[in-house]
Amino acid sequence: MTLLVDVFTVLAVAAGIVFFIAGTAGLIRFPDTSSRLHALTKADHLGLGLVVLGLLPRAESLGGVLRLLAIWGLVLVSSAAAGPMLARLARRGARGG
Amino acid sequence: MIADLLIVAAIVALALPVVLGRSAFTSVALFVAYGLLLAFAWVRLDAVDVALTEAAIGAGLSGVLLLGAARRLAGGPPVEDAPPGKAQVALIGVGCAGLAVALGAAILALPDPAPSLAGPVMANIAALEVGNPVTAVLMGFRGLDTLLEAAVLVLAVVALWALAPDAAWGGAPGWRQPRAADGPLALLARVLPPIGVVVAVHILWVGADAPGGKFQAAAILTAMWLLPWMAGIAAPPPISRAWLRILVAAGPVAFILAGFAGSALQGAFLAYPQGYAKAVIIAVEVVLTASIAVALALLVLGPPAEDRDA
Repeated sequence: MTLLVDVFTVLAVAAGIVFFIAGTAGLIRFPDTSSRLHALTKADHLGLGLVVLGLLPRAESLGGVLRLLAIWGLVLVSSAAAGPMLARLARRGARGG
Repeated sequence: MIADLLIVAAIVALALPVVLGRSAFTSVALFVAYGLLLAFAWVRLDAVDVALTEAAIGAGLSGVLLLGAARRLAGGPPVEDAPPGKAQVALIGVGCAGLAVALGAAILALPDPAPSLAGPVMANIAALEVGNPVTAVLMGFRGLDTLLEAAVLVLAVVALWALAPDAAWGGAPGWRQPRAADGPLALLARVLPPIGVVVAVHILWVGADAPGGKFQAAAILTAMWLLPWMAGIAAPPPISRAWLRILVAAGPVAFILAGFAGSALQGAFLAYPQGYAKAVIIAVEVVLTASIAVALALLVLGPPAEDRDA
């Protein structure tokens, strides 16, 4: 049982890291701001989600589980809000200069 | 070990462009990232309290303050720096090298094991009835330092308000923000504050026994106040309001009163009465949190200005 939980954690966190790497690669390689933001927000959401998923069975209590989920939810909300704001700023900057 | 070396390398790699960056905005953005990495390093050192403060105040609030400064500077005429002469460059180089050698020598000359007061703190922590040694040091053993830190914030607000032009004195601080009726910022400004206030109260409350405390909680409260202001939903109160001024000063005043109560009851300034130490510490921390949160928000908002439309 412990072995199964360990395997699950390692797989989920490793998959999460893959998304983080993909997001970082997109941030560096994509040609324009909108695509870069897209890579960053989408990949980070999924990456963090998978890391949280992998850590859930290791939480010491129900409170720990809820905290992990709350962290993911807060990052989702703030990043979903920051992405469009940055995109709007970038578009205004491109139009102005 | 490898992870720690990577963090150190990343911190140095970020610190260089912060100093060398040509544009103030880029430097500030990198400085925020630098602060977050530094917080990560503190976590690796098991100093979670310091990490929380670094992330909330060092990276978050200082970042906002510096961004505001960069924005104000951008409007003015560019500063022309004359390039330093050869002798000046040589002097700067020698000076920096000398400082590096002196720092290195000081680190190598440190006694082993390093001098530490952790033992005495853990031996006496029971007297204060708090479980978190950091809180015991900040509010108990070195309470005077914390009192002065809190008082400095009041002075900072006074100094900032002193910059207000005569015509604007007593008005609302900061620029008026355009109202964001819908869109992500308006949503965030409505959804996040209730959650953030709960998180801040939680961090303040667990600070007695676990990592957390007033400065971290106050920084979160400040952010929750600034968010509706940035979205144009809430306007800051005019600085002539008595309750605002009382709120800014209440924390340090409560701390000083607790200190004098110690003088009267225990014979030493800031000595807590036996059996009531934790109650007094938490009461002072709650009032301090409110004062620090308001003072930090006022520092970010800036002085009242005549032309308040940004």
